[in-house]
Amino acid sequence: MDAILLQILNGLDKGSAYALIALGLTLIFGTLGVVNFAHGALFMIGAFCAVTLQRIFKLSFETLDPTQKDFLGNPLKVKTPYVESWFGPEMGAAIIDWSVPLAILFSIPIMLAIGYIMERGLIKHFYKRPHADQILVTFGLAIVLQEIIKAVYGANPIPTPAPEVFRGSFDFGVMLGFDPNAIIYPYWRMVYFAFAAVIIGAVFAFLQFTTFGMVVRAGMADRETVGLLGINIDRRFTIMFGIAAAVAGLAGVMYAPINSPNYHMGMDFLVLSFVVVVVGGMGSLPGAVLAGFMLGILEAFASMNEVKSILPGIDQIIIYLVAIIIILTRPRGLMGRKGVMED
Amino acid sequence: MGILEVKNVGKRFGGLQALSDVNLSVKENSVHAIIGPNGAGKSTLLNCLVGKLIPDTGSVMFDGQSVLGRAPYEINQMGISRVFQTPEIFGDLTVMENMLIPIFAKRDGAFRMHAIEAVSSETGINEQAEKMLEEMNMVDKRHMNAAALSRGDKRRLEIGMCLSQEPRLLLLDEPTAGMARADTNNTIDLLKQISDERDITIAIIEHDMHVVFSLANRITVLAQGTPLVEDDPENIRGNPKVREAYLGESA
Amino acid sequence: MLGLNKKDTTLLLVVMALALFAPFILNPFPEGSSLAQMFNAGYPDLMQRFVIYGILVIGFNILFGLTGYLSFGHAAFLGIGSYSAVWVFKLIGMNVIPAILLSMVMAGIFALLIGYISLRRSGIYFSILTLAFAQMSYNLAYSVLGNPASNYNLTNGETGLQLLLDDPRILGVSSVDGSLPVTSFFGLAMRDSYQLEIGSWLFTFNVGYYLCAIIMLISFYISIRIFRSPFGMMLRAVKSNQQRMNYTGLNTKPYLLAAFVISGIYAGLAGGLLSSMDPLAGAERMHWTASGEIVIMAILGGVGTLIGPILGAGFNEYFKNILSKINDDVLHAWLAFLPDGLENFFVGIMHYFVGKGWHLTLGLLFMLVIIFLPGGLVEGGQRLMKWFSRKDKNATETKTTPAE
Repeated sequence: MDAILLQILNGLDKGSAYALIALGLTLIFGTLGVVNFAHGALFMIGAFCAVTLQRIFKLSFETLDPTQKDFLGNPLKVKTPYVESWFGPEMGAAIIDWSVPLAILFSIPIMLAIGYIMERGLIKHFYKRPHADQILVTFGLAIVLQEIIKAVYGANPIPTPAPEVFRGSFDFGVMLGFDPNAIIYPYWRMVYFAFAAVIIGAVFAFLQFTTFGMVVRAGMADRETVGLLGINIDRRFTIMFGIAAAVAGLAGVMYAPINSPNYHMGMDFLVLSFVVVVVGGMGSLPGAVLAGFMLGILEAFASMNEVKSILPGIDQIIIYLVAIIIILTRPRGLMGRKGVMED
Repeated sequence: MGILEVKNVGKRFGGLQALSDVNLSVKENSVHAIIGPNGAGKSTLLNCLVGKLIPDTGSVMFDGQSVLGRAPYEINQMGISRVFQTPEIFGDLTVMENMLIPIFAKRDGAFRMHAIEAVSSETGINEQAEKMLEEMNMVDKRHMNAAALSRGDKRRLEIGMCLSQEPRLLLLDEPTAGMARADTNNTIDLLKQISDERDITIAIIEHDMHVVFSLANRITVLAQGTPLVEDDPENIRGNPKVREAYLGESA
Repeated sequence: MLGLNKKDTTLLLVVMALALFAPFILNPFPEGSSLAQMFNAGYPDLMQRFVIYGILVIGFNILFGLTGYLSFGHAAFLGIGSYSAVWVFKLIGMNVIPAILLSMVMAGIFALLIGYISLRRSGIYFSILTLAFAQMSYNLAYSVLGNPASNYNLTNGETGLQLLLDDPRILGVSSVDGSLPVTSFFGLAMRDSYQLEIGSWLFTFNVGYYLCAIIMLISFYISIRIFRSPFGMMLRAVKSNQQRMNYTGLNTKPYLLAAFVISGIYAGLAGGLLSSMDPLAGAERMHWTASGEIVIMAILGGVGTLIGPILGAGFNEYFKNILSKINDDVLHAWLAFLPDGLENFFVGIMHYFVGKGWHLTLGLLFMLVIIFLPGGLVEGGQRLMKWFSRKDKNATETKTTPAE
């Protein structure tokens, strides 16, 4: 029982990331009809927004401290981050400590801008081209973005810690009456799950309760008719692309402490996110979220030693296996509409 | 006993009974038109004949064999060719290649791994295709991409492709829909010529009464998913039930 | 000649000449000169890669170019071929022929299985199915099947599958004078080379390269025959209109499956050749980005054309080679004529596009090709030709020929 609970918890954080990326992919696919292979790169850029902000906060100047001597007897050079000198040492340290959550604010305008530029500058010209072309050009873009990040930040993962208070782990086991240390779960992963839930809720509420969202949903259902009604659907789709990019970016920002950002994390998540979208059903937002969490948890279960001893390697292929079975038996996925992309 | 025998065919989509109790007998070498107002179930019936849909009840026999449960390509191999409402041709291929493919399909069946000899070395098949292009008056367009043809030429090409297989039954789905008067008349003349000169049965689904009465020698009127009457054109013209069905639609 | 029409014969002869004289063509600069270091590409391992990737992309083009089905998992077959060949070298002997044959057979079997399942869907679903299969193969090769401690260590995981001194090699020898035996074609060692010195030029004729080149020419010849055959025409018809295919009495499934298996066998052959040249197979050959690179090469050259795959593979490998050789020193030398400030500025920018940054340049190039030149280098060439012929005789009507 405790083992099962633990696996469910373990699946939640990865599942949250899958769900958020898949949500953005589905928004883009559903509204614009474009298969965006660069979406993983947006997730990666989000993570590097966190890295960048942390670096900016840590920018410091050097002063000589006459009270301390280094081993040669010269006055010791002390580095003081600018934020500490501006806001006082305590406040400054807190800002540096909280740089990942603060990066949420920092990343939103950046991601919206990147999304806007991508859609207007590139994707727009591919609406009428075959899906294969869309896949290929966004795949090319993903390579370019990944290489730019690699050129700027190097090839090694960059540890980006969460705020001090979230660094520990929480012992669920004790709370639920199991042995201590049976179910240990890092605080930050709980934060990530809660954050993902909020974002997903916000996106759904936005689509459900605003006029803008209604038009977009109508457009997803039947693009031509909405276009005929004289609504400038294209402009709204641009905004939707920006939002989808922001969702992927935020997923990346908050994921930075879980998995130190590296330049290929986008490509790593991309394939799985596509699989999630397909399992959930192309064009279905609830499907994407459901499938994201489901596959995250399934993957966690498959990596239990008990399972692996019976089916070696199952943890490596379980998601793909599920996807293959779903595509073959139920091509519209768990919650997709019939006929989407079945051409 | 007709070449195509449809018995008690019914088809339901959710709450909609698209076809019920359809009986139809198409005589060999006749031109049989199936007419009826919009939503009468004409297209559903056609799709049941070519294997795209499987009816819930009833039987469809072609030349004594059931077509039900067979894939479209198997039904074609039995001798039924279909012309679509909007011409379905191989747009990326040349007109000549469009004509070659059905002839290969006729000779080699549904699949043959024929990967070494060049297409051009198949002189017999090339001659047949050439002849059919001549018949369709399209020899000068043989090297054009089929997508670049005019609407009327696409229609001719599609009909030519079907005829090149020497089918026993040619099914046409509103072959003149969306055509200008002149193109419509050309198509009527072409179909007339085909039915006069060839040993072929034609079943045509049509909305345009001008086309129907110029071509058909037998007419089935479909209304609300079921045949109203089946008779000769002269009798259909004066039939009050038919008028009612059409007037009912326009009212 | 050989059952080809005049135009195709010319094409085949041109490719043949390019392949056979590649050691000359690719080494235009005298040995030791700075230009040679940068632009000469007549080294055995690089030339081998040209033709091996050529084979791979020729095969991929039979699937993607003719039928339009975009497989994003073709690297799996390359990997399977590589592993199969190394196993032959480990268990049977060092002759490359059985290794190559087994790699084709194994890739063919896997292609049959994966194709049979994946081809039940089309469009993006097909792409994702092939991607899923390839990633499964990659993950398994990296984990369970690659764990030296497990009983199913087929791939040796991260280290890669390699020859060992205690391998049985039942038809050969386990070791020669305490070191590993080398791959050979009935006694002709793949790594043997003949060097020809003419003045200050040095040309290398490598056994392995010529074996690969001959196999590439055969593969190319077969692909021409397939393109011109009724089978090839049917594949193009599948791409154009599947509905019409079905209503013309043709079953599209076996046509697609045959194309998939053929292209899988080509990929397996390429993998077997890679291992024959260097008997070491790693899982990274199967990663999905490797599949992506196959697609990139096909697009760069020109999808659906005969010569495109060879151009694409050659272009990709050649520029990868050059770009990765350029470093800041080279850039400074090239831009020395500029004032210092400007020189440093340009070097600073270009730094990101060369050396280790070659991925970035090729990624950008690939995007530009998809956006502006969907027909790749072949379309580029055709446009140039048209442009010139129009300049020559702008009065005469230019006849449009169907794209080859």
